[in-house]
Amino acid sequence: MNFAVLQFPASNCDQDAVHAVQMLGHSARLVWHKESALGDADAVIVPGGFSYGDYLRCGAIARFSPVMNAVQQFAANGGFVLGICNGFQVLCEAGLLPGALIRNRSLQFRCEHVFLKTLTTDSPFTSQIPAGKLLRLPIAHGEGCYFADPETLAALRAGNRILWQYVNAAGEPNDEANPNGALENIAGLCNERRNVAGLMPHPERACESILGSTDGCLLFESLVHAFKNRAPARAA
Amino acid sequence: MKAKIIITPKKAVLDPQGKTVQNALSHMGYEGIGAVHVGKYLEVELTGNDQERARQQLDDACHKFLSNPVIEDYRLEIE
Repeated sequence: MNFAVLQFPASNCDQDAVHAVQMLGHSARLVWHKESALGDADAVIVPGGFSYGDYLRCGAIARFSPVMNAVQQFAANGGFVLGICNGFQVLCEAGLLPGALIRNRSLQFRCEHVFLKTLTTDSPFTSQIPAGKLLRLPIAHGEGCYFADPETLAALRAGNRILWQYVNAAGEPNDEANPNGALENIAGLCNERRNVAGLMPHPERACESILGSTDGCLLFESLVHAFKNRAPARAA
Repeated sequence: MKAKIIITPKKAVLDPQGKTVQNALSHMGYEGIGAVHVGKYLEVELTGNDQERARQQLDDACHKFLSNPVIEDYRLEIE
């Protein structure tokens, strides 16, 4: 499977994403933000970082980079797009995902491991996550507080589009387990068509035991599974 | 001509900065302090002299780029 990993000025998790994907046996290529085409890509990762220095708002300037036109087209054709941390912010600013990510409730930059509950395995990003399995993933953000208006939240709930919630070690989505004040403890979600997803935690930094967790592999394995099932002719 | 753009968080959006500033003002002994909203202020120098056209363009830019309508309101003044 071929992953295209976008690279904006001040992206800083782009190499981590490439490393994780390659370690899992797939190919990954960096695509500079000024490119107007993605090339041969089966999935796009919009990585974490501080694109354009987070000027104006996180992701606000990156979303107008030339490569984002190609990402919009790729997503419109049903291609898989995953936004991680700043990538999630970029996808929200681009309108590919609903809502917005605002300053953490604590006003602190939070850098720690959190537990995530997967609310549905009905998505290309979660299908291989075992039922009841809590993911332990790192977060590193100052603006990860998910906000959406009540109608949008209702649509997310009704469509089973909230993919992950911050929970405690017992799997409860309570206030103490919420690192940033996100509404309904939302850590990640997908679009209506389920081919675009974003999350604040970093699965690409949790794919090797030396890093303290391998739970992030499950997310990439889900994507690979979805890709193989979607393109049987090519796999054969 | 110059445009002044004031961007503020929508009332329904959590504004921890505003809340913290409000608490600090109260702790410092200032009286009668209600809710504080921390936003952004932009000044844009305009090179043309068609005020109406400038307003239309900047209004579009405010909506698409300078503010995020999901979380922010804006006020545009041209002088």
